[in-house]
Amino acid sequence: MSLDLRVPMGLMFTLVGMILTSFGLATNGEAIYAKSLGINANLWWGLVLLVFGLTMFFLGRRSQKRLAKLPPEPVDKTLSRLGH
Amino acid sequence: MLNLTAVDWLIMLLYFVFVLGIGFALKRYMKTSKDFFQAGRALPAWICGLAFISANLGAQEVIGMGASGAKYGLETAHFYGIGAIPAMIFVGIFMMPFYYGSKARSVPEFLRMRFDEKTRALNACSFAVMTVFSSGISMYAMARLIQALHVFDGLFYALGWPQQGIFTFSIVLSAVIVLAYIFLGGLTSAIYNEVLQFFLIIAGFLPLVLLGLRNIGGWSGLKASVPAQYMHEWHGVAHASTNPMGIEIIGLGMGLGFVLGSGYWCTDFLVIQTAMASKNMAAARKVPLIAAVPKIFFPFLVILPGLLAIGLPTPHTTTTERNINGMIVRETNVVPHNVEEGRGLVPAKINPVTGQPMYMANGEPLLDYDMATPNMLLHFFPTGILGLGLTALLASFMSGMAGNVTAFNTVFTYDLYQSYIHKGGTDKHYMAVGRWATVGGILLSIATAYAAINFNNIMDTLQLVFSFVNAPLFATFLLGMFWKRATGHGAFAGLIAGTSAAMLHHGLTLPIEAHPGIHGGWITVVHQYPSDMAQNFWGAIFAFGANFIVTVVVSLATKARPESELVGLVHSLTPKPPKAHDVWWKSPEALAVAVLLMAVALNIFFY
Repeated sequence: MSLDLRVPMGLMFTLVGMILTSFGLATNGEAIYAKSLGINANLWWGLVLLVFGLTMFFLGRRSQKRLAKLPPEPVDKTLSRLGH
Repeated sequence: MLNLTAVDWLIMLLYFVFVLGIGFALKRYMKTSKDFFQAGRALPAWICGLAFISANLGAQEVIGMGASGAKYGLETAHFYGIGAIPAMIFVGIFMMPFYYGSKARSVPEFLRMRFDEKTRALNACSFAVMTVFSSGISMYAMARLIQALHVFDGLFYALGWPQQGIFTFSIVLSAVIVLAYIFLGGLTSAIYNEVLQFFLIIAGFLPLVLLGLRNIGGWSGLKASVPAQYMHEWHGVAHASTNPMGIEIIGLGMGLGFVLGSGYWCTDFLVIQTAMASKNMAAARKVPLIAAVPKIFFPFLVILPGLLAIGLPTPHTTTTERNINGMIVRETNVVPHNVEEGRGLVPAKINPVTGQPMYMANGEPLLDYDMATPNMLLHFFPTGILGLGLTALLASFMSGMAGNVTAFNTVFTYDLYQSYIHKGGTDKHYMAVGRWATVGGILLSIATAYAAINFNNIMDTLQLVFSFVNAPLFATFLLGMFWKRATGHGAFAGLIAGTSAAMLHHGLTLPIEAHPGIHGGWITVVHQYPSDMAQNFWGAIFAFGANFIVTVVVSLATKARPESELVGLVHSLTPKPPKAHDVWWKSPEALAVAVLLMAVALNIFFY
């Protein structure tokens, strides 16, 4: 399978993280954070998701690049299943 | 009142775009029916492992475990410690070599290889019917929750659509999305999205637990605010009257651990299909073990919100007066009556006819435990992260549904259509049938969801029938894989006997304080159980026992299959799986021991 799940998943969490972080920055100190005990939940959790998303994305990209450099896998599927 | 803003909708929309995008991206890899139904048997172990638990992490799990946490406390963790972890280790180490090694494409097909055609037909038919109904029940629960949380109320108001349409809108929306990504990308798409949903559920619920714990004053604060027996998993478990669930150690260990837990994790194609999609034998065996690692920590994520909801102070209507520049501002924070009558953040149940909170005979409010986790989300999350939390909730509903749908289309196409309706078609033909079976399965699920609105009891009745069918299953697989003398006639007779025993047991027993009918005792009441859970566990024990005994007796009376036909299907006749050239600590056995030690340590901690 040549679609590494970590790439789209990392991208999604990066985007969600970016949305939450910037929204958190824009609303910092507003009354909506009374709910979350005065903690800017959007900003902090957005940063966590941003780091997670970027890590996933780059891990996925790295392994896809490494796979692309390898010689193409044998076409015979039964053989590739027996290997490793 | 729920106030969603643009940022919440943006996050929800982003999730839908990625879910569908993964389906479209995978479409070009779907060349044969093997790609579509079995993900090409080419996925890495960690992806299949996370999908393995995510397929089970549906609505019933997230909402139900929170509800159970609020009702029974940490004793709920038995569903993990006893009900799941040992079974997941067992299926990985001992059963996966036969499932994966036999090259069966589905669990019913394995039954045909090991036993005979009629055992497979019985299992395939009951399984196909159950998956369709389960996904319908999941859809119904989701639409009801969306209504209760008023998620789409604002959107409908803004668009001028009638509020009655929310139920249908929720069902159609989730059905169309799940249908699209499975139709395009088959099992691979379902598995990829289940992994995405797994991480999303953690992203949505972990901050909830952290905020809840902080509010209540940490672990010690939680201990101080709930009754003492809520904080122990094992205290008082020796006798039914001394623990919140009303069960005792034998019913718990045998019924939940050995029969129900193993019956689910070791035989249900819904979860087994993800392991069978992995790229080689070592990976397939590691799948349930990798799944067990997050499973050990899931009580923190799904049970704790319910427990916190019970422990937090109940909100009341308050009026505060503030003096702003000489102007007196009076702010009233109105809390609905049923919330004020509840305990903590768990509201009282509302009588749908009068709109008033309902009370039990002793005057205490009847609590709506299913709202424990959703109410925590609304209580702690400001707009922004609230969108993430609600998306996680939606994701959990969809992942449960998707697992059912892919299991249905595989069993329908391979075990019913290819075997009994149209043999010898081309591979392309079966792939098309699989795609249309997906459409048919989802339409039947929608029909089930609508039937559930009109017939109040349909959900309870269906779940009861499922328990009759599922309870004896594990005995058949256990004997099939570890006793070479077991025969097809024996397995078939045993399954029928086990299901009959479960029905008979239910008809003859009743939990205390229940009336004969849907809760049992519809023949006559010969025994009363302290709780419905005890009744359920003991019913499973009887069903398992009846199946075991009848299978053994009938097998001994019928002709055994020649041993040469059973190689790769029965333990004693199968050569040991070849040692992978990995180092010892990467082997499935080492992983299993590590998981077991972790689970034991956690149970000691919560003693």
